Amino acid sequence: MGSIQLTTSTFDEAIGSSAVPVVVDFWAEWCGPCKMVAPILDEIAAEHQGEMTIAKLNVDENPDIAMRYQVMSIPTMIVFAEGQPVHKVVGAKSKSALVEEFGKFLNNSH
Amino acid sequence: MSAPQHERVIIIGSGPAGLTAAIYTARASLAPLVIEGEPSSTSDQPGGQLMLTTEVENFPGFPQGIMGPELMGNFRSQAERFGARFLTEKVTRVDFSARPFRVWIRDDAYTADSIIVSTGARSLMLGLPEEQRLIGHGLSTCATCDGFFFRGHHIAVVGGGDSAIEEATFLTKFAEKVTIIHRRGEFRASKIMQERAFSNPKIEIIWNATVSAIHGDQKVEGIELTDTVNGSVSTLPVTGLFIAIGHRPNTDLFSGILDMDDTGYLMTVPGSTRTNIEGVFACGDVQDHTYRQAITAAGSGCMAAIDTERWLETQHG
Repeated sequence: MGSIQLTTSTFDEAIGSSAVPVVVDFWAEWCGPCKMVAPILDEIAAEHQGEMTIAKLNVDENPDIAMRYQVMSIPTMIVFAEGQPVHKVVGAKSKSALVEEFGKFLNNSH
Repeated sequence: MSAPQHERVIIIGSGPAGLTAAIYTARASLAPLVIEGEPSSTSDQPGGQLMLTTEVENFPGFPQGIMGPELMGNFRSQAERFGARFLTEKVTRVDFSARPFRVWIRDDAYTADSIIVSTGARSLMLGLPEEQRLIGHGLSTCATCDGFFFRGHHIAVVGGGDSAIEEATFLTKFAEKVTIIHRRGEFRASKIMQERAFSNPKIEIIWNATVSAIHGDQKVEGIELTDTVNGSVSTLPVTGLFIAIGHRPNTDLFSGILDMDDTGYLMTVPGSTRTNIEGVFACGDVQDHTYRQAITAAGSGCMAAIDTERWLETQHG
């Protein structure tokens, strides 16, 4: 629990002002794989507190942000470092695979 | 290494078959361990193929229909309520050559007196080299996940079975036009689904054609069609391509261990869920290429649980 919910109006400020990398999970209520991946992201967020932030963006309610980053499939998780998108993960994956995907960007930030 | 964890029953896979087997074996106080698989955006994932569907209209007991993921969530909580335990992992190796049977998740070993295999089937891909590059970029195997992003677009669905037509019909909610591409001159789908396709003004059908290439570097920009009758080639300028051309069973793990037919489906003794190895049972789509319904999978999951329970009773007190 406790992931940040982003919206079109809060997105730029939240991503731009973060001192640590932010993983944005693009999701929607009607997406089965998104539901499978959500609790895994919560676990990763808890285990990497202070190293990165995990935030969620509902594509139904905020389609313009999804379009800006050319999200065409959900779940898509984009890693933002210093406000810039640096890595995109398309599709639900296991916890170990996601930790590996995000991990590279944590090391760079130290 | 520590001693492996021992179980009475390990269930591999968690679609309608595996979870029904879990409900029944849990109620029989066998405390099954369900190794449910790993999240993915293909149908090879916890909950199985229904996780990628929207409304399920033909599962008895839900006169108004129920969403696929919700139905599978209900199956899972029902199994949990009676003591089934879950590992959200994928089995990487099995050894059924001696008892207790052994199952590995990477380096972690588990032993079990009996095994229920319910690993299901996953969507076939076209087998084109550009598929890996374009998946998630206009190429999709999950209409319910990705349809939303094609609002106002012209997209194509490949396939001729119920799932192809269900996807095409669902996609008309978003797309301006949906072209179904089918390699034969008639659908395999049920009559009710065919009627839906024929009566939907947004659906166009191209018969006797296969997708021979997908155009686009960064995202899908069109597809190349080859006519299966005269071999002529044409281009269809679509921005999305959804694949629903059938399934293959998830049996790679059991290759050389369990008897399979020549398409890879597990063989069971007719009228039972017994495999060629005593104590290993199979249920659901992994052993059924005929019916392949949630309700038949659930039914065979129940059979596997009862077969397992009875077999365990004959083994020792």
